[in-house]
Amino acid sequence: MSSTVLFRRGRVIDPRNGVDGVRDVLVRDGKVAEVSEAPLPVPQGAEVVEANGKWVVPGFIDLHVHLREPGEEGKETVLTGCRAAVAGGFTAVVAMPNTKVVNDNGMVTELVLSRARAANLCHVYPAGAITKGLKGEEMAEMGELVSAGCVAITDDGRPVMNAALMRRALQYSTQFDVPIMVHEEDLTLSAGGAMHEGPTSTRLGLRGIPASAEVAMVARDLVLLEETGARLHLAHVSCEGSVRLIREAKRRGLRVTSEVTPHHLILDDRAVGDYDTHAKMAPPLRSNRDVEALREAIADGTVEAIATDHAPHGVLDKLVEFEKGINGIIGLETAFSLTMELVHAGALTAKRAVELLTHGPAKAFGLPGGHLAPGAPADVTVVAPEEEWTVDAHRFYSRSRNTPFHGRKQKGRVVQTWVGGRKVFENGQVGPSKESR
Amino acid sequence: MRHLLGIEGWRRDELEALLDRAKAHLPGGPDTTHVLRGRVVANLFFEDSTRTRTSFHMAAKGLGASVMNWTQTGSSVSKGETLLDTARNIEATGVAAIVMRHKSSGAPHLVAKHVRCAVINAGDGTHEHPSQALLDAFTLRRRWGSLDGRTVLILGDIMHSRVARSNLLCLKALGARVVLCAPPTLTPPGLEAMGAEVTHNLDAVLPQADAVMCLRLQLERQTENFLPSLREYSRLFGLNAAREERMKEGAVVMHPGPINRGVEIAPAVADGPRSVILEQVSNGVAVRRAILEVCAS
Ligand SMILES: [Zn+2]
Repeated sequence: MSSTVLFRRGRVIDPRNGVDGVRDVLVRDGKVAEVSEAPLPVPQGAEVVEANGKWVVPGFIDLHVHLREPGEEGKETVLTGCRAAVAGGFTAVVAMPNTKVVNDNGMVTELVLSRARAANLCHVYPAGAITKGLKGEEMAEMGELVSAGCVAITDDGRPVMNAALMRRALQYSTQFDVPIMVHEEDLTLSAGGAMHEGPTSTRLGLRGIPASAEVAMVARDLVLLEETGARLHLAHVSCEGSVRLIREAKRRGLRVTSEVTPHHLILDDRAVGDYDTHAKMAPPLRSNRDVEALREAIADGTVEAIATDHAPHGVLDKLVEFEKGINGIIGLETAFSLTMELVHAGALTAKRAVELLTHGPAKAFGLPGGHLAPGAPADVTVVAPEEEWTVDAHRFYSRSRNTPFHGRKQKGRVVQTWVGGRKVFENGQVGPSKESR
Repeated sequence: MRHLLGIEGWRRDELEALLDRAKAHLPGGPDTTHVLRGRVVANLFFEDSTRTRTSFHMAAKGLGASVMNWTQTGSSVSKGETLLDTARNIEATGVAAIVMRHKSSGAPHLVAKHVRCAVINAGDGTHEHPSQALLDAFTLRRRWGSLDGRTVLILGDIMHSRVARSNLLCLKALGARVVLCAPPTLTPPGLEAMGAEVTHNLDAVLPQADAVMCLRLQLERQTENFLPSLREYSRLFGLNAAREERMKEGAVVMHPGPINRGVEIAPAVADGPRSVILEQVSNGVAVRRAILEVCAS
């Protein structure tokens, strides 16, 4: 099998290295060897990818994925999650710790990593818990988690309501220089809420979750961040007020990064329609005004990453009364084309879109990859930016189908995904794993 | 067959036709026991409401239907059966309509998507209670002829009231001006977008009202900190005798029941000359007959 690949004449977009133009990319032994404006000769035995009319970009990096293993393998496993990832153009994912058993100790971290090695598709970076059992009471062994391979520490799915504990966790993390990733939700403000508080929740008679449930916690944690000098990463930012606080904190030099999900950029609270549980998530889909603010924030650099919060659930978790429906939707296989909706709509440049999926997340968590300079890992995604297709959840590689985007027409599709110079996805087919889906 | 999930989605002419039809179902009207003869109407009540259940029961009987009563107590729901399982099992027995009361907003919408029989919402969470709104509108129409140009004041816990939502939509559709009055903590956002005027000052708006519709206050709203005390609520938003005196001549007082006497409404007002509360109850059967006729036949 060839270990040399030549991507010919694609539009190479590599925001970190300031590249946006037609280039040849030569990959050798799992690394980028050369990026050339002039056509390169085809080396002996090289595999050639004709990328004319396509984009050749760094492999996408998703900072926020729920792989559900260990404990809820009926929803997703590390293997099926990795298949969904590479089918969506992602070459690296960060796995959230709210599995059943919680990843609050090195053994669980190692289990996830060994499953990822066995899947042998994309990079999986575990995140460890802030508190033991995600209970918000006692700090988990952060040192052990980091040395076992965790790249971030988070109680994602839940906030740390105890401010003193949060302050200590931030302080403690500075010795490892690892980001603390937070799900910002004041549970006393969101209690009983099923969707964003606004005219739609009033019309539907559902208890609303005010934007302040998120913004107040963002404010608290930015204050604690300033005192502790730690690194803070805000997961799935959903509202205008949060964006305003982040912008101000950055101006003052605080080490804060953040992410927004594609669904919070595309849908607003009206998507709940007549009680569609596929539009139920935490944080909830917000107002149109919040969506506008998020779009501005990803465009102007306030927010550095688009992350999916890929949250697989079974059919029965959603086929219930809206208030009982479980939060979350899957996102790995739709993220790129949803991001392209913003590009096609003129809300985002192509270069910025690629940056939000590659260098932005890599830099936020200090991960390898995310760019294509010589010496970088040959994690490469090839996309057809104009190709039209229709989302069909039944054809997803993810084990779950919970998406509000089923049937949505899309423009922009992932055609190939390469990890370490090895092709792991092409034209709808994931390889090289041979097991049945 | 059609569903009645809420007032939302019904046009003015459809609502008026339904209300016109209800007149024929008043006591002393023609015999209607053939309308649903041989059909079964299922009363599916996940939340107790003797009033509404009885009213639908009598309405179905009056149309010649047989009624299957199903209540949550002692059912398989506690054993993990989902709402849809229950609804599909009941549908499979061949019912013409499911009349459904549920504590979750949107529950009848979920059922309606997955069954073939008619689904009639008898109150879902804090969303809608369309049959109540129709009987309220029917009561006012009998008195006024038309609702055009009339002002209806809905008073009380707007946020948690399905009666308020359905009435707002129904009264607006029929041409009335609707004013909502509640403390700010019980006034959710977006009511203006639904066509209402919102105020927190009862005394300022009371003299304009042709009808005052009091809502039932759940007493736990106090412990949930929506209100400092029932005493203060009663002082600011209770319909007492002194306020009743300042009402327009001929203006009526309504209440969907059951009443917290002395909290949202003073006993003398509830039983006084302006009160049409008992009329609402008896009109309820006629209106529900018309609903079943339209939806289940
Ligand atoms: Zn998450």
